[in-house]
Amino acid sequence: MNQVLYIFIPLIAALFMPFFFKKIRSIHTGWFVLIVPVVLVAFYTTYIPSIAAGESFIGTIQWIPSLGISFVSYLDGLSLLFSLLITGIGALVVLYSIFYLDRTKEQLHNFYIYLLMFMSAMLGVVQSDHMITLYLFWELTSVSSFLLIGYWYNRDQSRFGALKSMMITVAGGMLMLGGFVLLSIMGGTFSIRELIGQAPELATNDTFIMALILILLGAFTKSAQFPFYIWLPDAMEAPTPVSAYLHSATMVKAGIYLVARFTPIFASSEVWIWLVSGIGLLTLMWGSFFAVKQTDLKAILAFSTVSQLGLIMSLLGVGAIAYHVEGAEDTVFKYAAFAAIFHLINHATFKGSLFMIAGIVDHETGTRDIRKLGGLMSIMPISFTIALIGGFSMAGVPLFNGFLSKEMFLTAMLAVKEFELFEFSTWGVLFPIFAWIASIFTFVYSFYFVFKTFSGKLKSDQLPHKPHEAPIGMLISPAILAVLVIVIFFIPNLITDTFVKPAVTAIQPFLYNNPNEVDIHVAAWHGVNTELLMTIGIFVIGLLLYFTLAKWQKVYKVFPAKFSLNRLYDFVINVLFDSWMDSLSKSYMTGSNRRYLSYMFTAFAMLVIGTLFIKDAFVVSFESASPIHVYQIILIIALIIGTITTVFAKSRITSIVALGAVGYTVSLFFVIFNAPDLALTQLVIETISVALFLLAFYHLPKFQKAEERTRFKFGRAFVSIAVGVMVTLVALSSHSQKLIPSIADYYKDTVYSLAGGGNIVNVILVDYRGFDTLFEITVLAIAGMAIYGMIKLRMSKKGGKL
Amino acid sequence: MKTNDVILQFTAKIVFFIIFFYAVHIFFAGHYTPGGGFVGGLVTSSAIVLLIIAFDLKTVKSILPINYLYLVAVGLLLALGTAAFSMFVGEPFFTHFFDYFNLPILGKTSLHTAALFDLGVYLVVVGVTMTIIQTIGDDE
Repeated sequence: MNQVLYIFIPLIAALFMPFFFKKIRSIHTGWFVLIVPVVLVAFYTTYIPSIAAGESFIGTIQWIPSLGISFVSYLDGLSLLFSLLITGIGALVVLYSIFYLDRTKEQLHNFYIYLLMFMSAMLGVVQSDHMITLYLFWELTSVSSFLLIGYWYNRDQSRFGALKSMMITVAGGMLMLGGFVLLSIMGGTFSIRELIGQAPELATNDTFIMALILILLGAFTKSAQFPFYIWLPDAMEAPTPVSAYLHSATMVKAGIYLVARFTPIFASSEVWIWLVSGIGLLTLMWGSFFAVKQTDLKAILAFSTVSQLGLIMSLLGVGAIAYHVEGAEDTVFKYAAFAAIFHLINHATFKGSLFMIAGIVDHETGTRDIRKLGGLMSIMPISFTIALIGGFSMAGVPLFNGFLSKEMFLTAMLAVKEFELFEFSTWGVLFPIFAWIASIFTFVYSFYFVFKTFSGKLKSDQLPHKPHEAPIGMLISPAILAVLVIVIFFIPNLITDTFVKPAVTAIQPFLYNNPNEVDIHVAAWHGVNTELLMTIGIFVIGLLLYFTLAKWQKVYKVFPAKFSLNRLYDFVINVLFDSWMDSLSKSYMTGSNRRYLSYMFTAFAMLVIGTLFIKDAFVVSFESASPIHVYQIILIIALIIGTITTVFAKSRITSIVALGAVGYTVSLFFVIFNAPDLALTQLVIETISVALFLLAFYHLPKFQKAEERTRFKFGRAFVSIAVGVMVTLVALSSHSQKLIPSIADYYKDTVYSLAGGGNIVNVILVDYRGFDTLFEITVLAIAGMAIYGMIKLRMSKKGGKL
Repeated sequence: MKTNDVILQFTAKIVFFIIFFYAVHIFFAGHYTPGGGFVGGLVTSSAIVLLIIAFDLKTVKSILPINYLYLVAVGLLLALGTAAFSMFVGEPFFTHFFDYFNLPILGKTSLHTAALFDLGVYLVVVGVTMTIIQTIGDDE
C-alpha cells in the first residue's frame, strides 16, 4: 500500500464514527477510534530502524498532474519523529478521552470526527514534501482545531476562543502560502527537497527575504510565538483531551516543524537567525513571566506551552548559526538543533501528562481555579505523583528528562556570544541572561502549578464536587507519559539515537550525511561547569521566589490590562473592523441613488478627460465641417431655450412641456439634416412620451406636492458641467480625426442591386442589420409585458382579481 | 350632465380610416421611400387611440376584440420566422430573398421577404403601444 494512503486513514475512519455512535450505543465510540492511532503507531514504528540508519522513504499520489500538484509523503528523521508523536500521543489522548467524555451526555461522533480529521491533517503537514499540499493540510489543522475548540458550542467563551484561534492561524497560513508561492517561483519547483538542493542560488534572489518572513509568520502564528500567542490561552476552552493533544503536543509544534524543515533553505540569512532566535527567546521570557499570573490551571499550562515553544524556537534559531561557522562540527552550535528536537520530545511527554492531570483535577473537583484548589495530595495520590513528575521535568529538576534538555539549552545559549557575525558578539551576551531569567520563572510556575493544587489545606467548601481519585482508565495515559519522562532521563542515548539524531540530520544536512555521524552524547552528569552553576542558581532563586509568591504576585496588577495584546486583538476585531470599517463604508454607501450617480459621473468624467489629456488625444479641426445655415442657428437657440427651461422651471409641468419642445426641435433637426424616417419616428415617440409624462405628473401624490424649483447644489452643477465638457471634448476630437472611411458608400452602391430596396435606412434596419431590429422589437415586447405585469399584478395583490 | 361629443365621434370614425390607410401606405412604401414597420405601427396605434378618446375603452375593445399581447407574440414569431427561414434552404440566418413577379391586378411587382419581417415589426409595435395604453387606461 502506498505510504501516502496512511495519512488518510484517520480521515476515512472518521466517516464511520457516526455509524458507531448511533448504532452501537453501549460501547464508547472512543474504543473504535483508538484502533486507528494504534495501527498507525505500529506502522510508523516499523520505519524506525531504517530511518535511524539514515534512509528515507517517499511515496507519491498524483492529484493535479497538469499543475504538478501531488500528495507526497516523505519520511525522514524529522517527519517520522513528528508522525510518531502525533499518532502515539493521539492514541493516549483517545484513551484518556474515553474516560473523560461521557458516553451518554456528549456528542461523541462530532468529537471523534474532528479529532481524526485533525490527525490526518497533522500527518499530512509533517510528511508533505509538496508545498501546496502542505498548505492544504496546514489549513485543515486550523479548521479542525477551530471545530475542536468550539466543541461546546453553546458556551460563549468556546466560540470566542475558536474564532480567535481561527482568525490568527488562518491569517498566518495565508501569509505562509504567499511565502510558498514566492519560493516556488524562485526555485521553479514545489518540492521542499529540491528547494533545499538549490538553497545557495535561492539566497541571491530579491524576494528571498520576503518569502522568509512570510513563511516565518505562518510558523509563528501556528506555534503561538510572540505576539501571536494570544489565541492559545483562549483555546483552553476546548475539552482537556483536545488541549493536551493539539495545544501541547502536536498542532502548536507544526510551526516548529516548519522552521526546522526550512532551516536548510533559510539558515544562510541573518534575518532568519535573528528572528527565530530573538522571537523565540522573547516568547520564552514573556510566556514564563505571565504564567505565574494565571489562576486557571489550564491557563498556566497554556502560557507555559507558549514559553516552552519559544525555547524550542530559539534553539532552532541558534542551530541555524552552525551554517555560518567554519568547522561547525567542533563548535557547540550543532548542539542547538539537537537540543531543540530533544526538548520537543520531552515537552510532548511532560506537557501532555500535565494537561491530562489538569483535566482530571477539573473533572473530579469541578473547578480549575487554583485559588479554590489545594490539599488534594492525600485524596488524589496518583494524580499528584504524575503532576509532580511532569512539573519537576518542566522545571528542569534532575532525575527527569527536562533537566537534560534544559542543560543543553543553556549550553547553546552560552555559546551564542562566541559567534562573531551579525553583531552577535555584541548582543549575544544577552541570550544566556534572558534564558536564565526565563528558566527561573519556569521553575516558579512549575512549582506554582503542582503545589498550589496538591499541597496546603483542602478547601472542600469551595469545591463544586466532593473530590476523589480519578478512575484508573483516566490515569493510564498520563502515567505512561510520566514513566517516559523518567525513562528518558535514565536512558537518553537510546532515545536520541533512534529519534533525535535522524531528525538533526534533516535540519543540518551539511554537517552529517548519516545519523551515526552525530557525535553528541547526552549525559546527566557532565562535570561542574557554567551550565550546572546556572541551574543551581535557577533552583535557589526559583525556590526563593516561590516561597515569597504572595508578596510579589501583586506586581502583575501594576501592568494595566488596557495595554495587553488581547486588548489590541479586541480593538482590531471589534473597533477597527466592525465599527470603524463599518462606518467608513456607511459613509459612502448611503443608499441614496443621487449619491451613487454622482460617484459614477465624477469617475466617468475624470477618467475620460484624464485619458484625453494624458494620451494627448484632444484635437480640434474644422476641415470636414459643413457651413452653418441660419435655420440651424434658430433651431439651436430653440433647443437651448428648451433645455434651460427644463432645468430651471419652477413647476414640473413646465419642465414636461419644455422637454416636449426639445423633442420636437430635435425632430426638426432631423428634417433639415435629411432624415425623414427619424423625423417621423421622433415626432410620434415624443408625443407618446410627453403624454406618459403628463400621466405620471397627474398621479403624483397629493401630500408634499409643494412645487419648488430644483435646489441648486454647487457639487452637482460641477459634476454635470464636467460630464458636459467631457462629452463635448470627445465629440469634437472624434469628429476631427476620422481614421477609417465610412461604410456608407457600400450601402449606397448595393441598396438596389443586392437588397432590392430604395430607402437605405429601412433596408439597413430590416436587411443589412436586421439582427439589431429583431432584438429591439424584443426589447419593446419585454417593456410592454413588464408594464402589463407591473400594473396587473399590483391589482391582483390588492383586490385578488387579475 | 352627459357631454354631447357627436362631432368628435363622427369625425373620429372618418379620420380613423384616413390615418389607418396612411399607416398602411407608409408601411408598404417603407422599402423605397421614408416609412416602414415602426412608424407604420405607431401611426396605426395612434388611429386606435383616437377611437379610444372619442368613444371609450370598452367600446373600442368590443369593436376591435384583439388581445394585443398575442399580437406582440405573433409579430415576434413572424420576424424570427422570416429571419430563420433562410437557414432551412441552406443560406445564413437572416438572408432575404426578393424577385419581380407579374401579379394579376397589380402588374409587375417586387416581392421581398423583408416585408414579412417588417410586418413582424409592425405587429409588435402596434401590440406593445396598445398594451401599454390599454393597461394604463384600465388602471384605476
